[in-house]
Amino acid sequence: MNPVIYLDNNATTMVAPEVVEAMLPYLTCYYGNPSSMHSFGGRVARAIKQARGQVASLLGAEESEIVFTSCGTEGNNTAIRAAIAAQPERRHLITTQVEHACVLNLFKQLEKQGYRVTYLSVDRRGQLDLMELEAAMTGDTALVSTMYANNETGTIFPVEQVGAIAQAFGAIFHVDAVQVAGKLPLDMQNSPVDLLTVSGHKLHAPKGVGALYVRRGFRFRPLLLGGHQERGRRAGTENVASIIGFGKAAELAQVYLADVAEERELRDRLERGLLAIPDTVVNGDPQNRLPNTSNIGFKYIEGEAILLSLDHYGICASSGSACTSGSLEPSHVLRAMGLPYSILHGSIRFSLSRYTTPGEVDRLLAVMPEIVDRLRALSPFSNDQADWLQAQDSRQLATINNN
Amino acid sequence: MWEYTEKVLELFHNPKNQGVIPPDEAPGVAVVFGEVGSIACGDALRLHLKIAVAEDLILDARFQTFGCTSAIASSSALTEMVKGLTLDQALQINNHDIAEYLGGLPEAKMHCSVMGQEALEAAIYKYRGINSPVHSEDDGPLICTCFGVSEAKLRRVVVENQLTTVEQVTSYVKAGGGCSSCAAQIEDIINSVQTSRVAVEVAAASTRPLTTVQKIGLIQAVLQEVRPVLQADGGDVELYDLEGDVVKVNLKGACGSCASSTDTLKQTIESRLRAKVLPSLVVEALL
Repeated sequence: MNPVIYLDNNATTMVAPEVVEAMLPYLTCYYGNPSSMHSFGGRVARAIKQARGQVASLLGAEESEIVFTSCGTEGNNTAIRAAIAAQPERRHLITTQVEHACVLNLFKQLEKQGYRVTYLSVDRRGQLDLMELEAAMTGDTALVSTMYANNETGTIFPVEQVGAIAQAFGAIFHVDAVQVAGKLPLDMQNSPVDLLTVSGHKLHAPKGVGALYVRRGFRFRPLLLGGHQERGRRAGTENVASIIGFGKAAELAQVYLADVAEERELRDRLERGLLAIPDTVVNGDPQNRLPNTSNIGFKYIEGEAILLSLDHYGICASSGSACTSGSLEPSHVLRAMGLPYSILHGSIRFSLSRYTTPGEVDRLLAVMPEIVDRLRALSPFSNDQADWLQAQDSRQLATINNN
Repeated sequence: MWEYTEKVLELFHNPKNQGVIPPDEAPGVAVVFGEVGSIACGDALRLHLKIAVAEDLILDARFQTFGCTSAIASSSALTEMVKGLTLDQALQINNHDIAEYLGGLPEAKMHCSVMGQEALEAAIYKYRGINSPVHSEDDGPLICTCFGVSEAKLRRVVVENQLTTVEQVTSYVKAGGGCSSCAAQIEDIINSVQTSRVAVEVAAASTRPLTTVQKIGLIQAVLQEVRPVLQADGGDVELYDLEGDVVKVNLKGACGSCASSTDTLKQTIESRLRAKVLPSLVVEALL
């Protein structure tokens, strides 16, 4: 088997060796419960405090503003429910069409419970229209919840401006920053964000740990009730080793932020190489994009077939095509951007990390043209003017817009 | 990650019979293609056949496919399977045979094999001058508007593959996989197919000789099973009369106008009636 070339870091990341090392003692020697009164447990409590400080530092927040969670999904669910509980008389919520499923599905349920929800649209680059947001805001708006950057395209939202608008209407502002922590500098102290979700495994910590930033003074309602862990804001015995690992990973990420320009250069090289293949396009906002993400549409071929071909060479990436999702529908993000079907189904996301090497990018660039040529030779489509393709494209788009 | 069989992966990485068949001017040879699916749905197949006109024989088959691993493998498998068959033999191939040739497909990918079967029919019907069975108006209203699936097509896939849940139907023809607002209607179709299937099985289990009334009832139930298949191809069948063991039927629509397909059809219906109702039944088509 080929060595793995991992270009799927927006899905999850390798656990950094330093992180594993930091965690190990808490899986072996120091198994005390941090809530215990004995010093054996107290030692663990101190380690968690240190991890809390490390995560707070990465976010530009205070220690007391960090609540450890089990994952990004829990963080987002907790934040959104807490925001609603904080202003129960307000019944209108705003989010976007391109959020992660853990946000969208919660909002769908809230709609059934009687809330009015506005799903903001995005343009062809996946970017928000602030005018649309302003027009949607009312005195009844309890919450504005948006991502900081999109997981599929890397498009970065203007969080400062969105927050200013939310503030002007007295709405709570929640940000899903799962894809941003460790990739862009964050400074909660000087931001309009009330609640912010991050996840450990996206920044080289293990899976199963995350954090929610809760602005000081925010009237927080916990999702899980029980013991007094996390100052009563998240009951349940702490996932100690993972929290310690998350802390270490946050510390490493903060150091690495200074070198993120190198990763961006590598991403740009990868992108230039792929765009040299005919009939390819970049999906996302070229000006405001995560430094590690490149979403490329390979026209007239299908994503799962591309991924399986890449897998043959040990290269890992992901796709928004219908066949890969298991849901029969292509990515809701790319559809919201209004991309034509000739691009939609053949879109591949490559996401780098600080461990990605120039040699790995070269390897991808060496095999990709052949993969695309082979699949295009199999495809009955070759240009957008084909009647068969055009007719279906417009018919199906009409259907989707009606839904 | 999908669990694909070795055969699927082999035909994906090294597909057989890819490409088009160029027009052939040679006497006695016809080249035709049939297409199904669309780029919007995420998979599309164009199947090319070279046919020996006098023998009604498939000399060569090639494919062009836009789609995932299993769509490409299913297309390639289909071309291997139909080469050397007569058109009537080829029409007997159903999606199950394609999946079997591949050593099985993940259930969520069964629609790839259905696509193969449909493209084959599309090509053969086009060659025979029968209106394309796909998305035609007389198919009746669409049940699934997201993926453009008619009631006739749904009934057919439920009957042929003995499907019992909405999830299975979604895996086979995608219907219900979009906005899922048609789930209740799909459920109704499954229930109605099952009801007629049960009636036939109950009668078959009985040992007393059938009365004429019972015979007619059972024949009707079997014809109800067959009808959606025919309707999908623009045809229809109707029980006209029963004299002893002679079942007189009206074959209607596109299929009735084509002599060779009428014969095939008569045989298909007859064998089904003999298996499910009474071995001595004979079908007579009224012209």
